[in-house]
Amino acid sequence: MKKRITITVIVTLVLLLGAFLFGLIMGSYKISVSDIISTLMGNGTKMQNMVVFSIRLPRIAVAVLVGICLSTAGCILQSVTRNELAESGIIGINAGASLAVVLLISYGGGEYYSAIGNATLYLMPFLAFMGALISAVLVYALSYRKGVSPVRLILVGIGMNAGINAFITLYHMNMDGGSYNQILTWTNGSLWGSSWKFFYLILPVVIVFVGLTMYRSKKLDVLDLGDELATGLGLKVERERRIFLFIAVVLSAAATAVAGNISFLGLLGPHIAKKLVGPVHRRQIPVAAIISSIIIIVADTISKNAFSPLEIPVGITISIIGVPYFIYLMMKEKK
Amino acid sequence: MKKRAALFVTITGIMAVIGLITAVSCGAKSIPLKTIWDSLFHFEETLDMQLVRDLRLPRAICTALIGGFLGITGAMMQGVTRNPIAEPSIMGVSQGATLAVAIMGMSPSLYGVLGNTVAALIGASVSGFLVLLFSIQNARNMNISRLLLAGTALSTFFISLASVIAILSNKSQNLAYWVSGGFRTATWKSVWLLLIVGGICTLLALMLSSRINIVNLGEDVAIGLGENPVRVRVYTLLLIIPLCAISVSVAGCIGFVGLIIPHVVRRIVGVDYRYIMPVSFLAGGCLLIWADVAARLVNEPYETPIGLFTALIGIPFFIHLVRKERG
Repeated sequence: MKKRITITVIVTLVLLLGAFLFGLIMGSYKISVSDIISTLMGNGTKMQNMVVFSIRLPRIAVAVLVGICLSTAGCILQSVTRNELAESGIIGINAGASLAVVLLISYGGGEYYSAIGNATLYLMPFLAFMGALISAVLVYALSYRKGVSPVRLILVGIGMNAGINAFITLYHMNMDGGSYNQILTWTNGSLWGSSWKFFYLILPVVIVFVGLTMYRSKKLDVLDLGDELATGLGLKVERERRIFLFIAVVLSAAATAVAGNISFLGLLGPHIAKKLVGPVHRRQIPVAAIISSIIIIVADTISKNAFSPLEIPVGITISIIGVPYFIYLMMKEKK
Repeated sequence: MKKRAALFVTITGIMAVIGLITAVSCGAKSIPLKTIWDSLFHFEETLDMQLVRDLRLPRAICTALIGGFLGITGAMMQGVTRNPIAEPSIMGVSQGATLAVAIMGMSPSLYGVLGNTVAALIGASVSGFLVLLFSIQNARNMNISRLLLAGTALSTFFISLASVIAILSNKSQNLAYWVSGGFRTATWKSVWLLLIVGGICTLLALMLSSRINIVNLGEDVAIGLGENPVRVRVYTLLLIIPLCAISVSVAGCIGFVGLIIPHVVRRIVGVDYRYIMPVSFLAGGCLLIWADVAARLVNEPYETPIGLFTALIGIPFFIHLVRKERG
């Protein structure tokens, strides 16, 4: 088992490096592998430096952080709801965050992406967090009946997700083309226009809360055993559930604030990781984070280049990859 | 019990008629009842009368019919799968149909040959068939949360594909209209399509209702009573597909009607699908008529997406249903 874990970590890291290079190379401005390496070493031309350091690299860096956030949130939610198929996009947490951002954009005036002022830029993650928190609290409160049953939590979450999305369409209809396209990328998830600003914005959140999750990962393992057993082992189940839900909310809100609502990413990474290194969170969370990062970098590179110069939101690409896998999981689980 | 059902039907019927009249007379321009009457029986070429004849009336009839179709398809699916949350829009059928509509909207050649409605109809039938095949096979064996997750996943998938197509053909905002549903484009042509295709399917569905009753008792009992559950499910499927397809092709995808209505109706008329299905039709029609009136009046003269109103009623109801369910 030890050996297998080492191999898994090495292989996934190599793949991550590959995805990283793939993301740097592909694009409308062609750069060869050797040029990329020399640029990274500091010997690039002015054009290459610009493309690599201020366009492609920050985008990949943000993608990695988003991947880490969503996959950790996914790991947590799958344990808290004890449902293999739970994920922050499906149970309405991301939708709450994107509703908040949509409201901000539709009342906030007409600046787009890098033209967004610093005030708005810092307001956005805060509002996204509030939106995610409100929807998570609502889901929690509505599924509360003499304690929260995991199944009820997920069902209420799906309902909440549908409701919030219906509300978002209201804003879709009443706006001009420019704002609409901007919101479309938010509600579907996109890394378009990611800059170092976004990266530094969520980096502290990621370090603190992923660290916290790792520190508390044993408790997640115990939660996996079921409410009765966990209580028997001396865990304050309801309290832990709330704390972990809060962490998941913070992480998904951070991801949504910079990249919009990306579904299914928090499902793919944790699942593959679980298969590779087993259900112990101390190992599952980091491996899941690496795998999710690979997926999001590759998906983003595809959505950037497949129909170039048009770009499709990365969330859409991930859904198109993710759903067949999801259905496959469901079909297999039945047997 | 019988009395309560009769009372419910009467009230819903009256509400539907009042709703139809309101729908025709209220709007960005309110039209007096006298003019409505005249435009039906003493038609003259005035603006108001043309408004009634060419826009308001077909729209009102479409809402009533589609509401009815959504109600009855929900009842049928819940009946044959014995799953309380089975419903076309939750299972992703409507979203599949939306994808088909997006594809049709993108390629002018297909569009030109077939015309909007027929093209949408064909596409919707294909995708609807695939989803229903999957869902009706699996809905029986699944508990609520798995069925819902599968439905959510399928819906996301179809909407994602539809978004790609919409973005590539530079029609992304049009897609929003299809997804949220609405009756802006309803014409007499749509009314005839709904009446003919929908009417036949509804009649056949009502004839099937006694057999749905038997399937609803459970697999073993149904076989014991000499009914082949698989065959009934296939028939039901074949009737649901055209009903969903024409609904989506006219009004886009409108959720939750098929979920709420059969539940409410079942509580009032009992468990007999011979009554549940026609009453669901009536109640669904009534609900959608009023939802459309609301959609047009809330933010006059702009339209609010009708799906928002059905979701506003549907989501609390859904959460209530889920809370009752044992984990």
